[in-house]
Amino acid sequence: MSPAAQLVNDRAALAGALSGAEEPAGHPHGVRATARIHAAYNGRVTTLPQLRSDGPFHLRRMRTDGSSAKVGIIGAMSAPLGGDRLTIDVTAGDRAVLEVTTAAATLALRGPTTAPATYDVRLTAGEHAGLRWLPQPLISAAGSNLRQTYTVELAATARLLLREEQLLGRTDEDPGHLVSRLLVRRAGRPLLDQQTAYGAPEPGWDGPAVLHGHRAVGQLLLVDPEMGTRRDPVLLREGSQDGSAVLTPLAGGPALLATAVAPTSSALRELLDEALAHALRE
Amino acid sequence: MSRAALLLLADGRFPAGGHAHSGGVEAAIAHQAVHDTDSLEAFCRGRLHTTGLTMAGLAAAAAAGVDPLLLDDAADARTPAPALRAVARRLGRQMMRAARATFPSEDLERLAAERPQGAHQPLVLGLAARAAGLTPLDAAHAAAYENAGGPATAAVRLLSLDPLDASGLLARLSSETDAVATAAAQAADRVAAEGIDALPSASSPLLDITGEQHAAWSVRLFAS
Repeated sequence: MSPAAQLVNDRAALAGALSGAEEPAGHPHGVRATARIHAAYNGRVTTLPQLRSDGPFHLRRMRTDGSSAKVGIIGAMSAPLGGDRLTIDVTAGDRAVLEVTTAAATLALRGPTTAPATYDVRLTAGEHAGLRWLPQPLISAAGSNLRQTYTVELAATARLLLREEQLLGRTDEDPGHLVSRLLVRRAGRPLLDQQTAYGAPEPGWDGPAVLHGHRAVGQLLLVDPEMGTRRDPVLLREGSQDGSAVLTPLAGGPALLATAVAPTSSALRELLDEALAHALRE
Repeated sequence: MSRAALLLLADGRFPAGGHAHSGGVEAAIAHQAVHDTDSLEAFCRGRLHTTGLTMAGLAAAAAAGVDPLLLDDAADARTPAPALRAVARRLGRQMMRAARATFPSEDLERLAAERPQGAHQPLVLGLAARAAGLTPLDAAHAAAYENAGGPATAAVRLLSLDPLDASGLLARLSSETDAVATAAAQAADRVAAEGIDALPSASSPLLDITGEQHAAWSVRLFAS
């Protein structure tokens, strides 16, 4: 089988794992960890009935000034490394308002094996719940091999803000192999399904149809049932050497997606911040 | 199956409107990202393995008999840029007109009635292939080939490239085109057991960004 054919099969297997058809076996040297955050509304404020740290994920309740809850994820060990099987399961129950952040960038490294690591983020938001997932960037270091999946289930009245930033390689370094899938369902129907694959041996990933030399790529998804229905796309910095972005309304619901590419992480964050400001402007 | 039917469906002369679209290469040329045969080949390869794989999966699933309305929703979820959704539906409408005349079938009539503004083009292609007695893999081949071939043909006109060089690069991409079509057909085969999420959703950030930019231009040679 050609390398390209092998790759597309690998991706297909990833899709299979996502739909629950098979449980990845993991690698004997890898860490298996599942951290859980469950936020609930008690009629007055959001509480955190479950906060389960595991493996590299140390969870810390953070102070908020209102009735919402905020959790910081602090890296307790270097992860993900090749062979790791990592899961974060976050649920905001009906009417709960929860924000989750990470204290530092997540660095994917090669580790003891070249086997892929998996990093699954499951986000669930119930009726009238609000969930904000705003981690620091994910860095794909040379030699790393990571399959990341986001599976997001939203009730019809749930609100979501999700930011995902990927940096391909540290300074002057080739990236590892990073395959990510973002799958969002709202009221049981598909809202967004995108898979990206960067770094060798992916064919064409750095070419003019995909990244064209950019090393920072990110998305910001805002779902809000109270958002105005008619929104026009917003173009940010067309043709600029410092990257560009577009903010677009999705077909399947009251949702806006910003997609950005940039040469550096700071330029990427600027673009996504700018896109968010546009998204929140009525 | 009729191999001639596959050649007809994949032929650039099939009156399905594809010649008016550049598959994003007009925007890439304007940004000087594509300027010669090598950069064009890199563009076509990137498109083939992202949008090409996704469209081939949708076409194969439609040809395999998966509910086209479910696939239309799946195609929307895989197309976050509204300009590209509009293009996919316009091309679907044009493909529908040609397909109903050449390979009439109840499936095509039903989809045309359910989506009068046009369904996503790969689904119509898949149903036309099904009506012609072709396999899901055939439909995937036609979709994958068009995803690389469309930009290559458009770039010949935009950059005044030698058409022989464009044919050469498509020939160099042929084994990758086969691999993409095979993976797409295998994914379509898994839909029955695993659901619609088994279909590929490979995407490219730049095609989404520049697709939306291109739609806002006042002067352009291609519609997308």
